[in-house]
Amino acid sequence: MTNARSSPTPRHPDTPTPPSGATQIRFERVTKQFDNGEGARPAVDDVSLTIEPGEFVVLIGPSGCGKTTLLKLINRLYDPTSGVVLVDGTPSQDLPGPDLRRHMGYVIQQGGLFPHYTVEKNIAVVPNLLGWEKARTRARVDELLELVGLPPGEYRHRYPSQLSGGQQQRVGIARAVAASPGTLLMDEPFGALDAITRSRLQEELRALTNRLGQTVVFVTHDIDEAVLLADRIAVMREGRVEQYDTPTEIIMRPCNRFVADLVGADDLLRRLSLVGALAAMVPLDSDDGIGEDEITVDVPIRVRHVLSLLLESGAPRVIVRQDGVPVGYLDLPAIQAVSIPHYDGADDALG
Amino acid sequence: MELLVETWEYVAENADRFQQAALVHLGLSFGALAIAMLIFIPLGVLASMGGRLTANIVGAVAAVRVIPSLAVILLLLPVYGLGWRPALIALTLLAGPPLVVNTDVGLRGVDAATLEAATGLGMTRSQRFWRVKLPLALPVIVTGVRTAAVEVIGSATLAAFVGAGGLGLFITSGITLLDERMLLAGAIAVTILALLTEWALARLEGRVTPPGTARA
Repeated sequence: MTNARSSPTPRHPDTPTPPSGATQIRFERVTKQFDNGEGARPAVDDVSLTIEPGEFVVLIGPSGCGKTTLLKLINRLYDPTSGVVLVDGTPSQDLPGPDLRRHMGYVIQQGGLFPHYTVEKNIAVVPNLLGWEKARTRARVDELLELVGLPPGEYRHRYPSQLSGGQQQRVGIARAVAASPGTLLMDEPFGALDAITRSRLQEELRALTNRLGQTVVFVTHDIDEAVLLADRIAVMREGRVEQYDTPTEIIMRPCNRFVADLVGADDLLRRLSLVGALAAMVPLDSDDGIGEDEITVDVPIRVRHVLSLLLESGAPRVIVRQDGVPVGYLDLPAIQAVSIPHYDGADDALG
Repeated sequence: MELLVETWEYVAENADRFQQAALVHLGLSFGALAIAMLIFIPLGVLASMGGRLTANIVGAVAAVRVIPSLAVILLLLPVYGLGWRPALIALTLLAGPPLVVNTDVGLRGVDAATLEAATGLGMTRSQRFWRVKLPLALPVIVTGVRTAAVEVIGSATLAAFVGAGGLGLFITSGITLLDERMLLAGAIAVTILALLTEWALARLEGRVTPPGTARA
């Protein structure tokens, strides 16, 4: 029941082609069984999955579904009980763990910053492990602090306890990408943040990874976060991957009852709050004239928001712009078209 | 008040002896503390690794703890005779429990997420221990050193019973001769040494505690 397709990699529209440094990760029939008694089900159960270089993949599912275990199999914090994890084609077990991990950024929930290190020293951890020269490390620290929006002059010498939760996570991200790793692994990095900080950091992370171009594997149990960030989402349950697809496909065509429930397929407004305007709009014909007083919105925007605008204004349609250029429109029939889930209960083999 | 003045006069009259005794006292105390740190901090590290080892080490240390220091000194007499050796050994054993327990507790108290991050960023086990685990446990370990030091300095007065000298000499002689000045001179001096050591180690503890991570 593992729907791990290796279809052509879909990407966010503004994702640049990945640099040669981005890593490909392949799970081939990977099972991880912890020694927790006879008959216990494996934490990860016969998973095959390919994450293409430069792709942003979100692993999602309820707690205990194996998403964090799957993540930790990538950088050998765990080794598979059977099957193989291929990192750019090399079995991970042929690579020494510490070396492998130095080339994979790692961010965890509370940041896991070292409280006895300043911000600067925290970010410099991996460059120091790799034996970079001091001047190079220092320049890199400043560059990264700028990149994550913390002015180096002000923040370099602070300690983690002197930062807010959001600032700590920024430092955690800067630390993870310090040595330009080909992969960034993130385990619920925004789970402990308040909603406003979380959504800001989500946007910034997406912009950052678009710019840096490395492969990202991101664990969350928040479907909104998954839809916002992912090129592809792997929905997990009980150690298996139920569906591995683009956010739009997951929302529009959940493969079974479980995925449908996760994305709230039966809750109309919820679905509309997950679908992006680009996925639902009617493309504009080149000869379609746009009236002066027509309502326009800029992507990214969710269909639900557009629906509110339509209902409030009473206008027949809303124009969707991308990068300032009108690309399509949404009207009530278009919204209705995406309101109906294509989920067919017949292929629900899970019971 | 008069007694204090007389005590001070007594100290002044016997400055040489007094200084000599204080040096022996400090030598015994810090000698024992240093040896104890070399033995018991590594033992605490072993204990922190968990499993049966932890239970055994902590259990053994707790057992040693209940034996009074004086009893240890007297038990060692037949083996080592009179002099500084039984005193040094007894004081070393006395310093053990706080060192082992604090090292163990300090190391095991390091936040699991911090350690996971260390491993996840590519530190080897030994890099993780020296760069992250030990520095973060250090404030608790220094607290153990502080407790041990104060106990040892106080207990070093017992060394006088086996002819090892130290400031205890004035206390025991004071009791025997019913000389309050002598007794007070010894007792006050020991107290001052203990307080100074406590103060110095508290400062050290502050220095090894990263800003904002002070434990309650």
